[in-house]
Amino acid sequence: MPKQDYSELNPLWGDRGPVIVGFLCNWCSYRAADLAGTSRFGYPATLRDIRIMCTGRFDPTFAIKALRDGADGILIMGCHPGQCHYQEGNYKAMRRVALLRRTLAQLGVHPDRIQLAWASAAEGTTFTQTVMRMTETIAKLGPLQWRDTVSDLAPRTPAPEAEEVSHG
Amino acid sequence: MTEEKVGVYICHCGNNIAGTIDVEAVSEWAATLPHVAVARDYRFMCSSLGQELVEQDIKELGLTRVVVAACSPHMHEPTFRKACERAGLNPYLMEMANIREHASWVHQHDKEAATEKAKALISGAVKRALELSPLEPSRVPIQEATLVVGGGIAGITTALEIADAGHPVYLVEREPSIGGHMAQLDKTFPTLDCSSCILTPKMFDTGNHPNITLLSYSEVEEVSGYVGNFTVRVRKKARKVNTDLCTGCGECWSRCPAKVVDTVYEAGLGYRTAIYRPFPQAVPKYPVIDVENCIYFQKGTCKACEKFCPTGAIDFEQEDEILELEVGNIVLATGYDLFDARRIPQYGYGRLANVFTSLEFERMVNAAGPTGGKVVLRDGVTEPQSVAIIHCVGSRDKNYNPYCSATCCMAALKFGHLVKEKTDAEVYSFYIDVRAAFKDYEEFYNRVLEEGVHFVRGRVAEVTDAARQPGEEGKLIVQVEDTLIGKQRRIPVDMVILMAAMEPRADAEEIAHLFGVGCSAAGFFTERHPKLDPIATMSDGIFIAGACQGPKDIPATVGQGAAAAARVLTLISQGEVEIEPVRAIIDEERCSGCRICNNLCPYGAIDYIEDPGVSRVNPALCKGCGTCVAACPSQVITGQHFTFESIMSQIEGLLYDVSNGHETYAEPAPLETA
Repeated sequence: MPKQDYSELNPLWGDRGPVIVGFLCNWCSYRAADLAGTSRFGYPATLRDIRIMCTGRFDPTFAIKALRDGADGILIMGCHPGQCHYQEGNYKAMRRVALLRRTLAQLGVHPDRIQLAWASAAEGTTFTQTVMRMTETIAKLGPLQWRDTVSDLAPRTPAPEAEEVSHG
Repeated sequence: MTEEKVGVYICHCGNNIAGTIDVEAVSEWAATLPHVAVARDYRFMCSSLGQELVEQDIKELGLTRVVVAACSPHMHEPTFRKACERAGLNPYLMEMANIREHASWVHQHDKEAATEKAKALISGAVKRALELSPLEPSRVPIQEATLVVGGGIAGITTALEIADAGHPVYLVEREPSIGGHMAQLDKTFPTLDCSSCILTPKMFDTGNHPNITLLSYSEVEEVSGYVGNFTVRVRKKARKVNTDLCTGCGECWSRCPAKVVDTVYEAGLGYRTAIYRPFPQAVPKYPVIDVENCIYFQKGTCKACEKFCPTGAIDFEQEDEILELEVGNIVLATGYDLFDARRIPQYGYGRLANVFTSLEFERMVNAAGPTGGKVVLRDGVTEPQSVAIIHCVGSRDKNYNPYCSATCCMAALKFGHLVKEKTDAEVYSFYIDVRAAFKDYEEFYNRVLEEGVHFVRGRVAEVTDAARQPGEEGKLIVQVEDTLIGKQRRIPVDMVILMAAMEPRADAEEIAHLFGVGCSAAGFFTERHPKLDPIATMSDGIFIAGACQGPKDIPATVGQGAAAAARVLTLISQGEVEIEPVRAIIDEERCSGCRICNNLCPYGAIDYIEDPGVSRVNPALCKGCGTCVAACPSQVITGQHFTFESIMSQIEGLLYDVSNGHETYAEPAPLETA
């Protein structure tokens, strides 16, 4: 995998690339990421991940905090629907993420910057592909620049419509 | 807050990490982080010298937090927690940064980016470590009884080992008898031992063991609890036979007028009655009534079995029984299903009469089987003059299963031998590779070669009855490219045996979900570690044995069954289990009693206490998923070890290089209460 020059996709990147904060559930997606490592599946170094026990623990405040602190995107990954280690935590994440995307869209944050996806512990490839796909999406959207997008009081372009939650 | 002192340890993991990440530079950088008292890099942190390094620093420098940047916490978190504990530091004050699986191994193409990412992960871990609190794991006594699911040779072995050690076992089997696939086999490779002769004594022991409660014709419906204390609900299906009265004399099935194709034990090759015992050596010996095919249940009259039963054991009114079992450990030994050969239409199974599956052939050569052990065509009388054995049917084929089913080569060799022994037929074995890897297997292959079985290397394209050349009329023609001579061949034969793949049980995924274990992409249960722990699963207290974990032969299955028993016995002899203190706690002083969390909890662990009007978590039921923590509108539920503060700080740390000196997170001040 050659080194990516993100400014080709969006000149605003300059010499840096996207920073994505990941919230991976302990049982499925964190292990999928481990498996990607063990299998030496390469993917761009854009994801900085946090292990939580379950996507049900994902508090939308975490995403807002990360975006405000400089992240360009948030990736929440859990077990496939119906396979949650805690029975239904991923369904709760689905609801919370849908609301979060809608709320952030109203603040001018493109909803694609928040993505929810699934990978079982055996799906190292699914994990890798999800990170690659998300990196490309964020790379095209460009840096978030929270301060300019959200924090200032200057009029801004209307936010795009929130799409359906990604089911990865 | 007293001054925290963090020790950061960066592992080279030989070259696994150091080959991609500039560990020295990361170590130097980490030493400059706030609160970091010492940062070191070392070749192998998990070695005893590496661990001693941590212990020494805790003692000499008075570290209050430890961050180990190495492999996945799923690999070595317990190792470093123990090291901290030995040095007197609470083990929950140790945090790992996964810079191997999540950085060096996946960013080998970009060393600079990998190093930067490692810094971010370490920065996050340090920030998070500063917010961790000391925790004490709770210890709970372990239930002595064990649940074994599946009564094939794996489950039988596990149950007997545990029961012989003096502990109670519940063995649940879906079919009316234990024995599994092994009971269907005729001979076992490579020694040609009679399969049932070596199995039935074990079945008998299992059925009569004072420590084993055999629940045949039963299925697990619900599982709750955790290691040491599982509650399992089992449905004992109605046999319609009172087992207290039945003697297993056989009068009922000899009088039953309903004839049913036996698709389970006889693999569709033979018949049974509607009230039946799968095979003479069945354990338990009691028959069951197959309600779907019983004339009385379908048409309302018959009751022949009831009339002739000498002990009055037939009970048409019998209902399913629900049992609640309390067990400490669970072993899954649910076995495999045979690949449905109809899925490869060009091989003609189900369409061409004389194409058989391997399991059908097992029943055919079995002296107790439908043909009395005679190798004959589907007409039941004609002995074949030539037999084709096709390997890898549904295995090693990207259209069906990419994996090798491991046992079929040896079974095919055994079939070649048996056909030669019982008939004068020519035998052709069509293989891709002959895999005869274990003890005495290669020798058996040589023996079968010497017996004159013809081996043709190539994947069979088609089995057809369309004759094209003289000599092909009335035959099955096997079309194959013989890759050793580089030519297409058409070989006319009388009988074809398809060595069908071993597949996960059709409902393996449901079973996995029921017990909270994982399934691989192929559908076999996932082991905790593919090399070092093929017996445990990711769920503590749940073990796997036999072909439900992956295709394997009898010795490997027995080995894994016994290993699972050993693992269970280890836990039982410890007497109690440690429960991770990752639980939710509600600050009742600040709880508004809104009850949003009550219904969110998947385990019903949160009760509303009427009097002070607050919610309270039952720590015995809470599993620490944290969904209530995320939902609490007043933020008064603490998810231990994954607190709001610790995750917020970790985010801050992770983004240390891009946050542009933003205002950092500060806990909202509590309301002033006058």
